[in-house]
Amino acid sequence: MRLEYFQLIDRILDISIEERTIRTEATVPTESTIFEGHFPGFPLMPGALLIETMAQTSGWLVIALLRFERMPFLMGATDVKFRRFVKPGEKLAADASLVHEGSGYAVTSARIKADGLVVCDAEIKFRTVAFPNAEFRAHMEAAARLLEFPHAVALP
Amino acid sequence: MSTTFDTVASIIAETCDIPRDTIKPESHAINDLGIDSLDFLDIAFAIDKAFGIKLPIERWTQEVNDGKATTEQYFVLSNLSGRIDDLVSAKGA
Repeated sequence: MRLEYFQLIDRILDISIEERTIRTEATVPTESTIFEGHFPGFPLMPGALLIETMAQTSGWLVIALLRFERMPFLMGATDVKFRRFVKPGEKLAADASLVHEGSGYAVTSARIKADGLVVCDAEIKFRTVAFPNAEFRAHMEAAARLLEFPHAVALP
Repeated sequence: MSTTFDTVASIIAETCDIPRDTIKPESHAINDLGIDSLDFLDIAFAIDKAFGIKLPIERWTQEVNDGKATTEQYFVLSNLSGRIDDLVSAKGA
């Protein structure tokens, strides 16, 4: 994770177009100014950032399914459950599956595991729109390469 | 057996916390019920799931923006229910 860049996942492990699923991984940094306030003497990964981790995992799945033609923007999250604390240095495994692809929106089910146990899960909704400009799309394509986005699978 | 309108009205009531008895077939989802675009996508999701269809919201919106259709054609609930019935029929054809 590079919290200062709002990059919440480190790597895309795999994407299945047929199954409409994705798996990602991320390691919570051991140090961050965020932990100075959340909380002093008891550092915890904020729940809002865990939601963002699930959203980014889901977002890459939606981008793959839409063949990089449209960008998913977070619209809402429901049924969010934080099942235990997540501490600095923990290795996280996130996964998501597409629940529904609607007209101009998509819904996923996502979760994060640590040590094999679910630490949080949610249903996440996105509005999907055409990339507003070529620069933005190029930025997302560059970000995808950094995350080892499997272009061969997602963009045959 | 509930009608398409009954199902749609129940979805709107639950999604938007609008009293069910105020939702009529002649109600306009936007102008009368005050449903915004975010809530309408939640409603579309619930309708898609309930009827096993994909409401073509983007196409409808584009047609309205282009002046090729009025919002009444798609967002008055009796008309919306009719569109849903058409989509369900098309799916089964």
